[in-house]
Amino acid sequence: MRTVGEFLIFCGHAIRACFKRPWQIREFIDQAWFISSVSIAPAALVSIPFGAVIALQLGSLVRQLGAQSFTGAASVLAVVREAGPIVTALVIAGAGGSAICADLGARKIREELDAMRVLGIDPIQRLVVPRVVASMLVAVLLNGVVSVVGVAGGYFFNVVLQGGTPGAYLASFQALGQLPDLVSGEIKAMVFGLVAALVATYLGMNAKGGPKGVGDAVNQSVVITFMLLFALNFIMTAIYFQVIPQKGS
Amino acid sequence: MKFFCNTTGGSPDYTGMGVEVRVNGLTKSFGQTPVWSEVSLTLPAGEISVLLGPSGTGKSVFLKTLVGLLPPDRGEIWIEDRDLTKLKERELYEVRKLFGVLFQDGALFGSMNIYDNVAFPLREHTKLKESQIKEIVSEKLDMVGLIGAETKLPGEISGGMRKRAGLARALVLNPQIVLFDEPDSGLDPVRTAYLNQLIVDLNQQLDATILIVTHDINTARTVPDNIGLIYHGHLAMFGPREMLLSSEEPVVRQFLNAQRIGPIGMTEEKDADELAAEAAAGVDLPPLPAIPLQLRPSNGQPRRAERAPGEWCRANGIVPPWGSFQ
Repeated sequence: MRTVGEFLIFCGHAIRACFKRPWQIREFIDQAWFISSVSIAPAALVSIPFGAVIALQLGSLVRQLGAQSFTGAASVLAVVREAGPIVTALVIAGAGGSAICADLGARKIREELDAMRVLGIDPIQRLVVPRVVASMLVAVLLNGVVSVVGVAGGYFFNVVLQGGTPGAYLASFQALGQLPDLVSGEIKAMVFGLVAALVATYLGMNAKGGPKGVGDAVNQSVVITFMLLFALNFIMTAIYFQVIPQKGS
Repeated sequence: MKFFCNTTGGSPDYTGMGVEVRVNGLTKSFGQTPVWSEVSLTLPAGEISVLLGPSGTGKSVFLKTLVGLLPPDRGEIWIEDRDLTKLKERELYEVRKLFGVLFQDGALFGSMNIYDNVAFPLREHTKLKESQIKEIVSEKLDMVGLIGAETKLPGEISGGMRKRAGLARALVLNPQIVLFDEPDSGLDPVRTAYLNQLIVDLNQQLDATILIVTHDINTARTVPDNIGLIYHGHLAMFGPREMLLSSEEPVVRQFLNAQRIGPIGMTEEKDADELAAEAAAGVDLPPLPAIPLQLRPSNGQPRRAERAPGEWCRANGIVPPWGSFQ
């Protein structure tokens, strides 16, 4: 319970520091570049089979029902609404978050963070804020990448391998999905980026007990972020269905 | 020597007097484990003090509490007219500009080379031009003997060099209080001797208040004006160097002379049985060794806080051990 309270105080501190000058633009750009470099490739590689699996699962079922023209709709719906944010969450937590946590943990045990505080610089403003903002930005962009690559993967499997009709696939995009789906996916991704970075930085900055402590912190950060992100995903999806009217209902 | 005091916060100009630090009833514990309690001492302005203690007595914790990195459970830390323990985060960052701290491994920023590490505080807190920064950084690197290593990364140099680079960084804003966390750990005796000389010279040039946390008794015997000893969760004694070096108090005597006989055991304190056995065996404490002369600045000029050898002993009617101050 104590840790949860401390984490929330830390979050408050970090969010307040977001609006404090001077902004660490360079650190932000470095971190955004770094997080994207470790996450784009895994995100793309995970989303292709994800789109493909959905296409395969639906393909035969839909054909039996005679509803081939709706495969595109189902694929878009699944990828944009769920797969996109989930894949983004996995990659941001697993690749970006763990790297951030390890970096800050190493700085913590080398007393770099203490040295920074003694030199009159707040590590939350200097190190945490740029990482949190960079992680949010990259998560939003990554969600876009995952959506496009996932839908393209679905298209490839449906049209090229299963002999579906290209025109029907593309035309049905709008049948079930709608613009708010994409917006909600992006909002989810942004929240995931925020939470993953906050958890990673908090645990990294509180690592203790030498190199082993850093390893433990990274491990905890990945596990905790996964659990948090899946729970958050459920809550946000539930809210989304309450707030936005669905097509065909 | 030039002083630049362009700190953005408009802090007072460098006065060259050092700052007194008064600690009152300080108590610290981690959860249920007490570290030390009711520590009260005054680090006199412009003097060198050493805080000694067996391993694991929380000396480094004390040092970190002193700069507000760890909050104490109780007690006050007065620096000028401000109580550090009651300050808000923002005010704390302001007060910390008075401090320079040398951490155990130098605590250099791993992603920056030596030059950028030393220049870091200047770039963050002053509006100096790069040419002026270069001048100050070179001066400080020269002081610690690291000219030529500017472009090296902290991972590429030895522990002793990291320490000296950390010292250069700690000194770059001309701190009024300099804290050393085990400056001698991991250094060979020759390098330790150089570093000790550097500390004395620094005190002479900057008049900064200096606190050294260590368990090296050679450093403790020759460098400081004052010695403190933390033992068994409290401050056993704090006072002028000659007072502790001539003290008959068992703990102080045992530690400052590195003897096995006395209340300090291998793990923590010895229990009553062991002490009784020691006494029954008729073990006599060896005589106090002579008090060595204090280390003097290398240029031969006196420090402001320097006192004549034996002055304290004469003033207090203590006869120092035979052969002292020679």
